[in-house]
Amino acid sequence: MTLLPVLPIIIPLAGAVLCMLFRKSLMLQKALAVATSFMMLLTAVCLMAHTARGTIAVMNVGSWQAPFGITLAVDMLSSVMLVLAGLLAVAVSVYSCFDLDGPRIKFGFFPLMLILLMGVNGAFVTGDLFNLYVWFEVLLTASFILLALGGERPQLEGSIKYVALNLLSSALFLAGIGILYGMAGTLNMAELANVVKDGERGGLVTMVAVMFMMAFGIKAGMFPLYFWLPASYPTPPAAVSALFSGLLTKVGVYSLIRVFTLIFTNDPEFLHGLILAGAGLTMLSGVLAAAAQYEMRKILAVHIVSQIGYIVMGLGLFTPLALAGTVIYLAHNIIVKTNLFLVAGAVHRLKGTYDLHKLGGLYKERPGLSILFIISAMSLAGVPPLSGFFAKLTLIIAGLRAESWLIVAVALGVSLLTLYSMTKIWAYVFWKPAPAPLPDLDPMAPGKWAAFLLPMVGFTVLTIAIGVFAGPVFDYAQQAAGQLMDPQGYIDAVLGGAK
Amino acid sequence: MTSIILRTATRYMFPPLLVFSVYVLLRGHHYPGGGFVGGLFAGSAFALYALAFSAADARKLLRFDTRDITAFGLAVALISGIPPLFCGNAFLTGTWWKMPLLTGGVLDIGTPLVFDIGVYLVVLGVLLTLVFTLGEEE
Repeated sequence: MTLLPVLPIIIPLAGAVLCMLFRKSLMLQKALAVATSFMMLLTAVCLMAHTARGTIAVMNVGSWQAPFGITLAVDMLSSVMLVLAGLLAVAVSVYSCFDLDGPRIKFGFFPLMLILLMGVNGAFVTGDLFNLYVWFEVLLTASFILLALGGERPQLEGSIKYVALNLLSSALFLAGIGILYGMAGTLNMAELANVVKDGERGGLVTMVAVMFMMAFGIKAGMFPLYFWLPASYPTPPAAVSALFSGLLTKVGVYSLIRVFTLIFTNDPEFLHGLILAGAGLTMLSGVLAAAAQYEMRKILAVHIVSQIGYIVMGLGLFTPLALAGTVIYLAHNIIVKTNLFLVAGAVHRLKGTYDLHKLGGLYKERPGLSILFIISAMSLAGVPPLSGFFAKLTLIIAGLRAESWLIVAVALGVSLLTLYSMTKIWAYVFWKPAPAPLPDLDPMAPGKWAAFLLPMVGFTVLTIAIGVFAGPVFDYAQQAAGQLMDPQGYIDAVLGGAK
Repeated sequence: MTSIILRTATRYMFPPLLVFSVYVLLRGHHYPGGGFVGGLFAGSAFALYALAFSAADARKLLRFDTRDITAFGLAVALISGIPPLFCGNAFLTGTWWKMPLLTGGVLDIGTPLVFDIGVYLVVLGVLLTLVFTLGEEE
């Protein structure tokens, strides 16, 4: 049990080391990556089972007691995120076994992917702010290389924007950490929560909180500094796009949730109000930008922005129900968004283009793939009985109860526009007759094609399952939200040893 | 670049630099130093060699692929966290083993040293991957 919280970090690291040592053999690397991903998922499920009844798994690395050493603490939110990261790792590693070209694998795609996952998992389990910064750097460094791997022109252009804005955000984050440390003398999140709660340094705390909001907001793709996202996400191969869009922005969102429920709860009127305003603008600008796009992957990438708005909206409302909505939305969005990117990758593999004007008639040729797309797309738009419906419903009920009419109106309107974008893709790519017959590029045998589609089928089943079993999912999310709203349990679990 | 002065100097500098890198690595146990600095020393020795002769020569001298060294270093650092688990301690807790010496004394050997050796190798591997790649680009 003392080992469990650190396993999500150790497993991908060990996998990456093995992949590096056996980098000559493509087969072995693929097998190692898939096996590592499955082990990650397994540990995450164990952790989820362990924390499901409200216990918080805590571990002091190197036996240095909190608040002096680095503490890993896994609560219900962390374990949900770990499970989702595990699912995504499995899907992406299986998908890239079929989709990725030899040179990219040779150059180190799998070790980098696993290092990226290590960074993501590390960010989810850590209970120390500086350690969180370190994990951000780990995952960013890996993502810089993954993004630029292949060296195509648009890729490099996107990478530069990505690197520049993320470095800016890291600098802000680090400056915030410095000020906070100078003020409180600790970076252990639980200890910080205690210091801030004493409430002597009100103004300074609020200023630092805004710095953190900007730093994580950039990483999450929130308004107004989100334009790096549509510039960079659609450029790399589909497997990388799926991994990034599913996971990377969510690490920013996760950090935002963690910090603004545990530490900066000193001035919710102002701070969470600011987050709520940001959420509304993020939703709106994302969906409007998406409506103007005519490239399948670009539409999906810009839509990430508007979805982030929904997730953050729950945090901005800052009620238990709203946070439960945020948790459900996070899970729903990671599953659905990744799936849509994977389907887009499959379309590209078949036809060699993402352009809506050139594509067409796919429903006739590949009804299976089309159904996978339409289910995820409808789920994203929030059509019952899929996962997106319940996620949005929870958020909107929370908004109505909090009497935040404006944000509810925005959320509903954006929902309609999402439906518009999704049906646009559906109508152009799958329904309308192909404008000019495109060559069928797919050389895969039917058996291999089925294996290629397997991750997408899995995710589609999951989005339906979340909709069908909305009751238990909602109960879990509500418990997780309860933990977040009352951080005393977290603080006691982390500092318990020191008292 | 072919400078006979640099080449001759490098031949003399190279062994002491490597010895010094190991000294710094071991000294890091109680005093300033450690795996990171030691790795930089060793890396700069090979970088100097690559400058004086060529990156290909330096590679030959190194014998192992730089990426193998990096991976191996990571593995060593990772493994150094495992022994404390058998004593019921948390991952990466410093665990010590008192080795009796033939001369009668006792040598303390601990997992932090193993971790540092891992760091040494990672720094060496990464540094040389960069230096060699840049050196061969021309």
